[in-house]
Parts: sequence; C-alpha cells; structure tokens
Amino acid sequence: MNYNVNEKGYYGEFGGAYIPEMLYPNVEELRQQYLKVMASDEFQAEFQDLLKEYVGRPTPLYFAKRMSEKYNTKIYLKREDLCHTGAHKVNNTIGQILMAQRLGKKRIIAETGAGQHGVATATVCALMGLECIVYMGEIDIARQAPNVARMKMLGATVVPATSGSKTLKDATNEAIRDWINNPTDTHYIIGSVVGPHPYPDMVARFQSVISEEIKNQLQEKEGRKNPDFVVACVGGGSNAAGAYYHYLDQPEVGIIAVEAAGKGIHTGESAATSALGKVGIIHGSKTLLMQTDDGQITEPYSISAGLDYPGVGPMHAHLFTSGRGEFISVTDDDAMNAGLALCKLEGIIPAIESSHALAIFETRTFKPDDVVVVNLSGRGDKDLNNYIEYFKL
Amino acid sequence: MNRINERLNNKSKLLSIYFTAGYPKLEDTVPVLESLQANGVDMVEIGLPFSDPLADGPTIQTSGTQALKNGMTTTLLFEQLKDIRKTVSIPLIIMGYFNPVLQYGVENFCKKCQEIGIDGLILPDLPLAEYQEHYQEMFEKYGLINVFLITPQTSDERIKQIDNASNGFIYMVSSASVTGSQSGFGNVQTDYFARIKNMNLNNPQIVGFGISNSETFNAATTYANGAIIGSAFIKMLTESGVEGIGDFVKTIR
Repeated sequence: MNYNVNEKGYYGEFGGAYIPEMLYPNVEELRQQYLKVMASDEFQAEFQDLLKEYVGRPTPLYFAKRMSEKYNTKIYLKREDLCHTGAHKVNNTIGQILMAQRLGKKRIIAETGAGQHGVATATVCALMGLECIVYMGEIDIARQAPNVARMKMLGATVVPATSGSKTLKDATNEAIRDWINNPTDTHYIIGSVVGPHPYPDMVARFQSVISEEIKNQLQEKEGRKNPDFVVACVGGGSNAAGAYYHYLDQPEVGIIAVEAAGKGIHTGESAATSALGKVGIIHGSKTLLMQTDDGQITEPYSISAGLDYPGVGPMHAHLFTSGRGEFISVTDDDAMNAGLALCKLEGIIPAIESSHALAIFETRTFKPDDVVVVNLSGRGDKDLNNYIEYFKL
Repeated sequence: MNRINERLNNKSKLLSIYFTAGYPKLEDTVPVLESLQANGVDMVEIGLPFSDPLADGPTIQTSGTQALKNGMTTTLLFEQLKDIRKTVSIPLIIMGYFNPVLQYGVENFCKKCQEIGIDGLILPDLPLAEYQEHYQEMFEKYGLINVFLITPQTSDERIKQIDNASNGFIYMVSSASVTGSQSGFGNVQTDYFARIKNMNLNNPQIVGFGISNSETFNAATTYANGAIIGSAFIKMLTESGVEGIGDFVKTIR
C-alpha cells in the first residue's frame, strides 16, 4: 500500500482540496508549482543553507541513557527542541517563505494555536523582510502571552480571531478568509500537514528533513538506518509527518502516533481525533475530525495548545484507518508527569506537546534491544506557566 | 422543468435573497420564506448553518452561530420545510457547506430535497472535480441543480468548464472577498461583469457578495440576470425581524 500522497492529492480516501472557488487560483498555482520549485537546485541550495546556518541543523539524535535504563529499551530523542525558535515548526516556515518568494508573493499570513508556528512564521518574515500577519484565537492570545510578545518583537501583526470558539480552528478560518480577500499578493503559510492539497504534502516534505537526519544519525550510532519504532505526538501532525516520512514504506519500522486524550477520551474534553473523529471536511481537507452527528465541528480540549485541534492531517487519518500507524492517546496528567520526568532524568525541559510522546513508555512496553526514536518536537520554555500552575512550582 | 430554469427563462433582473435557516428565531424559517414570496422576491437561498463557514464574513457567521444555538440541524430544517410547497412556489435553493451534507449522507440529502421540492444546491466547498466524479449523477437523479461560483480571478478556461458543468445559473462572486465585506462597486467590478457577459455563456449569471442596496443591485443586473442579497438582508432581520421584509424589498427595487 502507498502511504504517501497520490497524484490527485489523496492519502487513501483522505485529503483532496475542498475549497471555495475564491481560493482555487491560489491553491492551483501552488499545486502546479510546488514540486517544480522544490526540486530546483537553486531552491534546495538556499533551503539547505538556511537549515544549517540559521536553524542550526542537523539537530542531534541523542541517546537518552537514563531514560533507556528506566524503561529497559534503547530510547533516542530527536532534538527538534534545539531548532532556532524552539521547535520543528521553523523547518516548514523556511521552506514556505522561499516558496512564497518564488511565487512572487509580498505578504504572508499564518494561523497559530500555541504561538510556535506564529513565531516561526514571524521569524522567517523578519529574515526576508516580508509583511507578516498572524491570526490567533482570542483565548490562545490570553494563554500564550510570551509568544504573542515574540511575534510582535519580530515585526508581525497579531490579529485576534474572535469568531466561534476563539482558538486554533477559528484562527485558521480567519487566515483562510484573509486569503480569500487578498487573492493575488498573499501566501498563506499553513503550519501543519492540514488544509487543501498540496499543503499536507508540501509541509510533510519540508519536515521530512527530520527523518532524513534520523536515518543518517542512526547509521552512525547503531549501524542501521531504521529504528524499530518512531514515536511522535500528533495534533495536526507536522512533526510526526516529518519523523515518519522516510519510514512510511518500511514496514519493519513501527509508527506510533500519540494524541492528546485531554482529561480522558470519554470526558467530552479531549483531542483524541482517531478515537473520537469521523470522516468529514475541515479546512479544505477530507480527514478524520471531531464533529456532531449533524456535521458541526466540535471544540477539542488538551492542556497542550499545539495538540488542541479537532482534526488530523489526511496522512495520519490514512495511517490510522489502514492500520499502518499505532495510535495511542495520553491524558493531560500523564503528559505533564512525563515532561517533568524528562527534566529530572535527562536535563531537558520538553514542550507539553512532546511530553505526550514521552508518556507512552509508562504503558507501552518495548523489548530491551528495540531502538525507539522519539521526536522531541519542541522545548518547554513556552509552557513554563502551565508547568508552574500544574506542579505548583 | 426545474423552477430555477423556468424563472430564469421568464424574467430578468431577478432578486434573490439569502437567509440563514432558524434565524433570528428557530421557527422563523417558514415565515421568512412566505414573506419573501409575498413581497415579490424571485428566488431564495436557504442557508444551512455551519460551525466553520470559511467563505462568509462576520454577519452570516454570527447568524449561523445563533441559528445553531437556537437548535437548528439538517434534520430539523427538512422537518420545517416539509409542507413548504403548499404555500411557496418560487425557486428554493439550499446553500451550505459540504460537511453537514456529507454527515447526513449525500444521497439521503438529495432525496429529501426532492421530496420537499428544493430546486438546487450551492455548496461552495464542494469542488467541481469532486462533484463531477462522485455526485453529479446523484444530483441529477433527484432533479437538483448544482450551482458553481466564479470570481474575478477565475480564468476564462475554468469559467468555460464551470459553464459546461452547470445546468441552472452561475453564481458570480462580485469581488475577491468573503460575504458582507464590500460597499459599492468600482470599475473593477463593472469590467468583470462586462467581461463575463461578453463570454456568452450557456448559463445565465447571478451576482452575489457585495449586493446590499438598489444601487449595487442595479449595477449588477445591468450585466447579469439577477443578484443575490445576503448579509444586508440578515442585518435587517437582526434589527427588524420578519416584519421588516416588506420595507427592505421595497428599498431594493
């Protein structure tokens, strides 16, 4: 079976471009150009140079010795938390800003939940001297004040999304409306592997540098390119798509996706889309999403703003329904404890998103000689307030 | 013959109104429809509310959010409309987003529309290619006209494709915008209206987005076969309710 996108923009039955006609010219232009642009030597030279000199790649593949001893298996952490701006998000924004330049766009818009993608977008816009407008839910603006300040310092305009539930999905709606209203000079930098084709594929390709590096680094450390398992948290799923990308068609590599169960899958306060979602259309893509019987999109919940999204990217919906991926959900409590445990065991403060991936070792056992790579997608600086509140620090 | 085709064959400068079902009050759907017909409106788009209406501005989104709060659902809308053809004979179109239709079951949805006497559907996020591949046959089986949108950015080539796939009218979005965000038309719009008119398409065109008063209605219908008013009508409903419909229609033509 093919786990990557097909020529029509689908992963199995998921994906496509369910967009109003107003967006068709923009999305179609991107669809026709993205592979050509990305394949050009000139693009790749600039992209690779920025990843190395500006982002600080390659990020280490770190053997977590004490954690491995605790769980009696071999755990490697892919240190995306060490990227410039503190998370993997910048891999994609670097790629997309270069794409936008080649498409002749002068104005950049983005949506953000926790603010990580907003910061990563504001950063590359500052780097390239392009105007940047970031849509962010009013509620997220209140709970992520430091990232709002960062975006402003970087020169971006942060526009509150005041419609609907005032969180990530509404910020995405507002960004899409901005794009409808500005159809010629604007590029929309989507932050995850969601949205209409070609976005899920384009973002996955920009993030695929993660698994490309894992292959080379594992060869050096273990004498083999493939781990037994690769583990990542999934909200929309961009860090996961990057970590899985070069392993999708290697059945010997187990793919583990970790979703946010929030307060528990059946509490009504959860973001575990694979367990709670049904097939539907969100933000231009056919995928699994949380919705009422009547097809209204419902509001998810997770302590982690980055996982607080009612859908998953179409690649992940396909990994789930085809059985290629093993989907596990982790509660707020288990994630928070796993985050604190990593601090004490390895001296690394992880983002709460990434803590969800770390939490699986408490319940999912691995063999002593299994090589398990966990994508540590971001650092926890942005989450300090949450950690302080939760642990009464 | 479908009521939409019949109306378009017999009349020019059509006035069409969009409103959100179940707004301002849950039980207003039928009274609004009856009043629109009584006041000489030619056609109506009944908005099926959606939680995430990407192509709509704040006025229509807020009305949809309120309608959902009022308890509007697809099932309830069909229930409210079950006897509508006893009192209302003008063409009726359901306009909404694709996800609620998908959850109801596309075929069930089409079947129900036919039972009630709905003449067509406008689903802005159901793209042309998907429609042709998966749904066209079904729509035709149940006698439903599917209406596609074009914008000033739509290429001539694509307009021709859309014209070939249409069997009622083409919904001309007046400018690059979400609903309710325009005031008045400039040369850019009239050039666009003229350009489309000169393409001599098979299907008549009706202009929507940015029509709010007699001036914009007349500007649009100088070129196109009709025009659709949405946000401005909903603003009036918010302020005056169903009783305000007569006066509103008189200000347009």
